[in-house]
Amino acid sequence: MAAPRKPRDERLRQVGRLRRFLSRPETGAVAGAIIIFVFFSIVAGDKGFLASRGIRSWLEVSAQLGIIGLGATLLMIGGQFDLSVGSMIAAAGMLFLLPVVVFGWPIPLALVVVFLFAAGVGFVNGTIVNRTGLPSFIVTLAFLFILRGLTLGITRAVTGSTQVSVRAFIGTVDGVVTGADARAVLQETVFGRMFSFEWLGLPASVWWWLGLTLLAAYLLLRTPFGNWIFAVGGNPEAARNAGVPVELVRVLLFMGTAFCASILALLQVFDLGSADVTRGTLKEFEAIIVAVIGGTLLTGGYGTAVGAVFGALIFGMTSQGIFIARWNTDWFRVFLGALLLVAVIFNNYIRKRATEAS
Amino acid sequence: MATSGAASRRPGAASAQAEPPVVELRDIVKTYGRVVALNGVSMAVRAGEVMCLLGDNGAGKSTLIKVLSGVITATSGEVLLRGQPVRFDSPREAQRHGIATVHQHLAIQPLMSVTRNFFLGREPTVGWGPFRRLDMAKARRVAVAEMGRMGIDVRDADQAVGTMSGGERQCVAISRAVYFGAEVLILDEPTAALGVRQAGVVLRYVAQARARGLAVILITHNVHHAYPVADAFTILRRGTSYGTFVKSEVTREEVLRMMSGTEELDALEAELEEFALADQERPGGGGEGR
Ligand SMILES: Nc1ncnc2c1ncn2[C@@H]1O[C@H](COP(=O)(O)OP(=O)(O)OP(=O)(O)O)[C@@H](O)[C@H]1O
Ligand SMILES: [Mg+2]
Repeated sequence: MAAPRKPRDERLRQVGRLRRFLSRPETGAVAGAIIIFVFFSIVAGDKGFLASRGIRSWLEVSAQLGIIGLGATLLMIGGQFDLSVGSMIAAAGMLFLLPVVVFGWPIPLALVVVFLFAAGVGFVNGTIVNRTGLPSFIVTLAFLFILRGLTLGITRAVTGSTQVSVRAFIGTVDGVVTGADARAVLQETVFGRMFSFEWLGLPASVWWWLGLTLLAAYLLLRTPFGNWIFAVGGNPEAARNAGVPVELVRVLLFMGTAFCASILALLQVFDLGSADVTRGTLKEFEAIIVAVIGGTLLTGGYGTAVGAVFGALIFGMTSQGIFIARWNTDWFRVFLGALLLVAVIFNNYIRKRATEAS
Repeated sequence: MATSGAASRRPGAASAQAEPPVVELRDIVKTYGRVVALNGVSMAVRAGEVMCLLGDNGAGKSTLIKVLSGVITATSGEVLLRGQPVRFDSPREAQRHGIATVHQHLAIQPLMSVTRNFFLGREPTVGWGPFRRLDMAKARRVAVAEMGRMGIDVRDADQAVGTMSGGERQCVAISRAVYFGAEVLILDEPTAALGVRQAGVVLRYVAQARARGLAVILITHNVHHAYPVADAFTILRRGTSYGTFVKSEVTREEVLRMMSGTEELDALEAELEEFALADQERPGGGGEGR
């Protein structure tokens, strides 16, 4: 290769130039979020988009998506998808509330069971992907149906209905007799407060979102495990040869998506005082959309947790903004599809710049 | 040239004879379904020795070193480290035993930075317990310094490796193996993509590693790279060992012949001579016309 010699040191040779923007995959999402915020501030600012109730509403929608989007982002950086997230939301919510309400389980026990179940689902998803080498798209699609079906079947068999509400049962929650004020009783328990508190006028979901994002960002950028996630998604064989425990990383990432789905499920259950077998429908795709808009590559190996925050904000501000502006919400889907396309094309372009030395 | 017996012959250093080889492979067999990639290969490398592994394409060189680096497990046969039998189920385990490898097909993450690639799987950390975190400052410093030693000036340690040239990527893989190799350094065609200067640096690294007392296994098709640094040569042919030869016993010419098989080379020479004759006989003389 005929690189020009630098006179200052003949032994040193210049390496290809840095592309600054490459180190910031979330740039597109940040810009998009700002544009959409300004846009709705102008067209719907006087209709309540900037009022505290309005802000609260789009922040809450963003937070709910952001939490599952975070799990999807880490997993996608690790080169996989999880389509069972939506069904997991319904399963986790039901697995928590049904035993508490119908069988009178103590709340801590139900929580432990939910998180063990989430870990189990993640383990099964990850292990099947590891062992068979099948695309996770197909494996988790199977669990999308299996989990939803199990939730529906068991709930109907036990309660004869597809919904469980604390109000519908005069029973006890943690020894307190419930009735019409059952939801308040549920929220007043120690763990109830963890999932339904409010601070600085913002709901618990927003704080969970913030906390989990910080945790994920730290994990990705500041720990060896984060380094492994990128490597497993970028080039699994090379990662294995470099000494990365590829299978373990994958299983943990699948556990992560199931965990995020469970957190969202619990936030919803404590907020509404009910669990429903239809909850979380299509959320698996919304989680992936959040990750992609946030700058994560569909092909893995590249992305950020912070990007997912802005991806979720774009999603939340748009869906609530259209609602607040009193436009026909049908158009939201069109906008969302177009946004997804733009994001994917943009990310693809970035990936090309990154992998093709020029 | 002594090819008879094809038994291992060792360099005669008396002190080296006393302790067992750093690595020893015994009767390694590796099959892929009906394909027999290795059929009972044995090889031993001592501390401070450079073993050059030679052979045609498909002879089984890469397969052999993959067994040693934990990428694959042998169908049968034994791996011994300093006389102790070991079994590697993953590359991570081989690394723990101080074995560092540069694979022929690069183990590089194109979307990750030079620094993160350099330390992948062996990240330096600060803090303890759950607060153990990457020591990025140290990682950057070491990665830039080590690349600089190979003559590559990494101006930005956070540059994606995918934006580097093929040879520069190879240098990342080599410098990281040299940095981490504690006992055994394995290089599978490390100089294939390199320019003359970087190839020279790699050969100097090999010599330095030997001086540090490492056992080095070098695979190359280039006899000019192999001959100067090697202490011994092991020739693989179609999955079996043709023998191990100490450098003092063989000339460069003989190594070249063994690398491609004497008969083939002779046949090739005869064929080329025929071409030359045909050229001369053609009216109008040499082949310059078209
Ligand atoms: N995963 C595999 N499945 C089936 N056959 C394989 C596999 N890996 C290697 N082989 C076969 O084993 C033989 C040896 O391959 P190997 O890569 O070790 O050769 P090599 O000596 O490194 O050749 P080269 O000089 O071209 O790198 C080849 O014939 C190859 O086809
Ligand atoms: Mg090879």
